[in-house]
Amino acid sequence: MPLTSATVPVLWRLARMDFDSVRERHVLLYPEGTVLLNETGAAILELCDGRRSVAEIARILQERYGNDVTADVAEFLSHLAERELVREA
Amino acid sequence: MKLNRPTTLVAELTHRCPLHCPYCSNPLEMTRADEELSTDDWKRVLTQARELGVLQLGLSGGEPLVRKDLEELATHAHDLGLYTTLVTSGLGLTPPRAEKLRHAGLEHVQISLQDSDVETAERIAGATSVKQKQAAVASVRELGFAFTINVVLHRANLDRIGEIIELAASLGADRLELANTQYYGWALANRRALMPTRAQIVAADHVAREAIVRYRGRMQILYVLPDYYEEYPKPCYGGWGKHYLLVMPDGRTLPCHGATHITTLKFDNVRDRSLEWIWAESPAFQAFRGEDWMREPCRSCLRKAIDFGGCRCQAFALTGDATNADPVCTLTPLRGIVDDAVNQEVSPMEYRYRYLTRDAQRP
Repeated sequence: MPLTSATVPVLWRLARMDFDSVRERHVLLYPEGTVLLNETGAAILELCDGRRSVAEIARILQERYGNDVTADVAEFLSHLAERELVREA
Repeated sequence: MKLNRPTTLVAELTHRCPLHCPYCSNPLEMTRADEELSTDDWKRVLTQARELGVLQLGLSGGEPLVRKDLEELATHAHDLGLYTTLVTSGLGLTPPRAEKLRHAGLEHVQISLQDSDVETAERIAGATSVKQKQAAVASVRELGFAFTINVVLHRANLDRIGEIIELAASLGADRLELANTQYYGWALANRRALMPTRAQIVAADHVAREAIVRYRGRMQILYVLPDYYEEYPKPCYGGWGKHYLLVMPDGRTLPCHGATHITTLKFDNVRDRSLEWIWAESPAFQAFRGEDWMREPCRSCLRKAIDFGGCRCQAFALTGDATNADPVCTLTPLRGIVDDAVNQEVSPMEYRYRYLTRDAQRP
């Protein structure tokens, strides 16, 4: 899936986000796989609701953090899309 | 060195199994039913695993469904927040049990198939099994589990890899694991009967690579290459004692499923010690952590950061010394051992079937 700013990303239906109380961080869990997420990654995935586009997600986070995170959002989601953990809604 | 927390625990609940596959990853010396951990033992292990950082649980065996407490253990795992996979032959996964496991919070079921051809499948399994597997698949699909099919590849089924992939797709698998046989334990004992020819490997690689692309987005295909035919060894479980641990039916705890083959190591037991102690302190888990144990050519090799010297169990099984480089590696003079195995004449497919007791009769 080539990711553009218009792409509407959604988490793979077999993957779910959880909070690991041992590591005190969010994690992505799916069949036989685990991704340890940082705060930004978790915030991005929480916004992947199957309706918002990549551009909209970046805009919401920019408002929240006060700096331009467009490149971070695109890079993070492309990486997960490459692994088929994020797909096009 | 800061100690990593493990992410994955495989709980080998039992060695009992209705199938007798000659490539089984269980050790040749298996645990009898009366030596298995109790339900309370397993619950304590799961709780300790979560406290240690484990997020992924594999309920495996043998056939885990022969344990009557499987539903209770799945419930406990779910309450702890573990992502749980049932690794099963499918035999015994009746509709009522599948439903109970779904209610228990089990998320993912992995069912093994032996071949697309029914007759060969049952000859490999050493048991009538295909009909029961089909029924299990139907239950898994109906209840909406995440569903993986796994197939071990070897000389008798490799030529049908294309048919196997089509079968998995028609059964509605979300994922398909095609794993070429790794030669440990039963598979090593059966190596001459299982090893494919190089021509078979080349043809199968081609089919697998094409299918991975064609099925992308519909069915995820994982193709595990046969390491004997590779140039460099595999990075076993991302390094010894780094991400993974396995508890055997009798409670002995291993850094990987092949580790019992390293007869110079003693594996501590969850009956005597906490999982945390075993992970952090036990001699077996520390034996090959990091790089201090390495010898040449690994010690000065840049690839040690990628493959950690390969598989310790294979090094021990084939060279008699677990600190040697994995003999799959073409950078070690020991590679000749693997080349000899690859080049030897194929023998007829007479399997030594996996049985719990030594004197059991073959089918």
